[in-house]
Amino acid sequence: MSDKYPPIVNGKSVYDLESGKYLKMWQGPQHPGVTGNMSLELIISGDQIVDCKTHVGYLHRGFEKLMERRRYINCFPIVCRICVPEPDTNEYLFAAAMEDLMGIEVPERAKWLRTLNMELSRLASFLMWIGGQSGAFGHGTVAQWALAHRDFVLDLFEEWTGARIYHMYTTPGGVRGGTPEGWDNHVERVLQGVEKFLTEVNHVMFNNAVFKSRAVGLGIIAPDMIDRFGVVGPVARGSGIVRDTRKDNPYLIYDQLDFNIETETAGDVYARAMVRWKEMHQAISLIRQIIKRMPRTGPLHITLPNVLHLKVPAGETYVRAESTRGEYGYYMVSDGTIYPRKITVRGPSYSHAMALLEHLAVGVNIADTHGLMLSLHTYPPEIER
Amino acid sequence: MKLKDILSPFYVWKRAFEKPYSINTLTELRPGSPTYRGFHKNDVSKCIGCGSCAEICQNITIDMVPVSETKDGDSGLRPRFDYGLCCWCALCVDICPTGSLTMSNAYTWVEEGLDKDVRETYCFTPGVDEKHWENEELGYHRPDEYELLHLNRLPMPHLPTEERITSFIEMVKGYSREQAVKEADRCIQCGICTATCPAHMNIPAYIKAIREDNIEEGLRIMYETNPLPGVCGRVCTRRCEDVCALSHRGEAISIRWLKRYLSDSVEGEKYNQILASEIKPQNKTVAIIGAGPGGLSAAYYLLKMGYSVEIFEQNKAAGGMLRYGIPEYRLPYDAMDKDINYIVSLGAKLHYNTKVGKDISFDELHARFDSVFISTGLFEASKLAIEGETLPGVLYGLNFLEDVTHGKIPELGKKVLVIGGGNVAMDAARTARRLGADVVVIYRRREIDMPADHEEIEEGYEENIEFHFQAIPMKIEQTADNRLEFIWGNAEMKQLEEGKRPVPVMIEGSRESIIADTIISAVGQSTNYHWMEGEAIANIKFGKWTIEADRWGKSSDPKVFVGGDIFNRVADAISAIADGHRSARAIDSFLQSQTE
Repeated sequence: MSDKYPPIVNGKSVYDLESGKYLKMWQGPQHPGVTGNMSLELIISGDQIVDCKTHVGYLHRGFEKLMERRRYINCFPIVCRICVPEPDTNEYLFAAAMEDLMGIEVPERAKWLRTLNMELSRLASFLMWIGGQSGAFGHGTVAQWALAHRDFVLDLFEEWTGARIYHMYTTPGGVRGGTPEGWDNHVERVLQGVEKFLTEVNHVMFNNAVFKSRAVGLGIIAPDMIDRFGVVGPVARGSGIVRDTRKDNPYLIYDQLDFNIETETAGDVYARAMVRWKEMHQAISLIRQIIKRMPRTGPLHITLPNVLHLKVPAGETYVRAESTRGEYGYYMVSDGTIYPRKITVRGPSYSHAMALLEHLAVGVNIADTHGLMLSLHTYPPEIER
Repeated sequence: MKLKDILSPFYVWKRAFEKPYSINTLTELRPGSPTYRGFHKNDVSKCIGCGSCAEICQNITIDMVPVSETKDGDSGLRPRFDYGLCCWCALCVDICPTGSLTMSNAYTWVEEGLDKDVRETYCFTPGVDEKHWENEELGYHRPDEYELLHLNRLPMPHLPTEERITSFIEMVKGYSREQAVKEADRCIQCGICTATCPAHMNIPAYIKAIREDNIEEGLRIMYETNPLPGVCGRVCTRRCEDVCALSHRGEAISIRWLKRYLSDSVEGEKYNQILASEIKPQNKTVAIIGAGPGGLSAAYYLLKMGYSVEIFEQNKAAGGMLRYGIPEYRLPYDAMDKDINYIVSLGAKLHYNTKVGKDISFDELHARFDSVFISTGLFEASKLAIEGETLPGVLYGLNFLEDVTHGKIPELGKKVLVIGGGNVAMDAARTARRLGADVVVIYRRREIDMPADHEEIEEGYEENIEFHFQAIPMKIEQTADNRLEFIWGNAEMKQLEEGKRPVPVMIEGSRESIIADTIISAVGQSTNYHWMEGEAIANIKFGKWTIEADRWGKSSDPKVFVGGDIFNRVADAISAIADGHRSARAIDSFLQSQTE
């Protein structure tokens, strides 16, 4: 390390702002988007970050606490808001935790539709991310294409579930309805568009000298950091870790689908982007498989005991699913009353956006901070549930 | 750095020659998808204002507000939405028991109203306040495969038909604990039943007590408004179930059977302990004439208020029509006695076999007691008013049922005709069936016009009772072999007066007949006041059918109150019980005013 870094004493950087050598700069919180509603307290020397502290809490809405004072059915419209671009993981996990405690098995058709919902939502979430990632490195065109395609996916959601962002489709007990007639063709049309877009992204972003020079070697996560920082999902897979909840602990009907865990070995921003690019192709393939194979008739929903005074048997459970950011978990405790005693939401963004980012940011050029943050693909509401 | 990496990004220019993704026509509104969760619509002709939408809304978006146009079985309220709070989860649409609440696919609402209060601008009552999306067909409706409510009631176990037509054993077996809890769970606690029940029983509260397995609390809640729950749990006319919110798309909650479950779950000896309350003795006495449901109800509440109560009953047991009008297979005597014994145990003094006007004069009662409550009931059978009515073998439903209660079973013969379409007719018909006769019921209107409980009609069919509708009695003749020939004319239904039910009009020249051994007439009942004599009645005003009284049952003589069938004309047990409770409070208020 060069002498521009302040000395570290007892694990903390010691710097003297009066010396004129260091400058404290705040990034955020002034923007409602992905990078802006948490804040980074950066100490910079020249244009290089020498120390980083993350500050969260600007988006705190207290979901977990809210749910402790709401009937189970009233938690259902809340959970999707814990993650705006990919709400369906929350919906599924909340329902799955409840069903687990109640000993309910949802109908087969509902399982397929839930999986379809999650994969389509994965695609939408990755499209959002690609927009952010490319935008952060100055590739505004790719960002605009990406968000346009995301909107086409949202159109599909609108047609299917009746809403674009918060689908509120996976209810405890099953799903809220089947797919509309002719919808499959619309899906195929959108998927083909996305595939074309992904080819373009390959040309314009991944084979771009500017992107490569900024992304390659940036924010390297060594394999030994994975467990230390609780790294999961594409971030871990970018460092060569073969870990995917869909394969390791298959849920819904993932064990009946044909797919492989996508990995890269470099562990930098470029590798993580590549993993996600591959996973978008994977999501498209999974959506096609599901649409081809899912049952078209049969029950969609089990009517639970009267939801207005539903009591969930006392007990606790942890359920997990693979979101676009990695393993997502719901820990639900019921004391047998009409309110959940405690629901802890394990959003992967929590560990990625705080401890990991603080560690990775040191030594990074200040202009690359956004790109680095985006490469961790964090969604702040998930940090501050 | 490879040359390819420098050239590749220029691929982006290819797009310059393609159709853009974006649309230029921003002024054109893109409609929401056919199932879009847009602005709310409410079909107010279907909406009953049960408030389930407001109950399930986690954002408190929905307020139930009074509206001017309402209907029967309706709370008079309609959901009002505050779009500053709504999150468009559509749970309100999903839970709507009538299916009146839906969503349109409209999502724009432009309002000129900056001068108005924001809460007024973005609040509206769908279906009442006119909005441009009101007639929009598209939008979110609850999908058919997805249901939050349990619309079907738990089947009530019955005795098999073969067994029940040969005995007077109670045919309805009653719910077990698991069944009752499950049935109670269906309730959405809207309380429209409470508003409809003549006694305004707090039905949602005791159903909740069942759900929470708190039987004692349930019993206490029932006794707040009804001291004969074991009886009503079996034979109530249950208008509550007719208006139950769940009955609109499915089957009503079995409110009656749940009441019975509560009452049956507690032993009679424990009533005193569970229902114990502090009674402040009052130095006043009240006479009650008639120990039917009205009299017993008044007695219970007066006793609880601390008054001394004496009941004068012409029969040898209490219960009135409950005992002498309703057959044992519907209301077993021990179930009724359980309720009555508890009332008696509170200190009611019963004078059996004491007919006022014969064994004791009304004058004496009026003088001896501080107040008198009259609930004598409709004990006289109405006449058929046709030729041959006085022939031997022609009976009256009321007398027949009373005789059966007393164990005096008349010789019915093989074939019995029952004339009438009310509950007494059905009771008489099914009792005759149980006594071994083949029974034919003859009614002058259509089946749907029958005042009898539809369940009884269905069960009548199951028990092989034959029905003849639109048959107007003409005369009864005696045949050569000493049987009876009943002659009737077919009728057609005519709407004579707008807004009233159609009337049967005899078809000219039509004549049908049937031979039977016994004819039981059950075409209504009435009362008389011949027993009221003496100076004491000087201040009492008599109407055409009844004693004139205010809504509290207070007659023109401030001491005298009336209630039950002679007063409310609905003529069912629960109305009489409601009368008794209401008059007890009026008597209390009158006696308190006397003390001061």
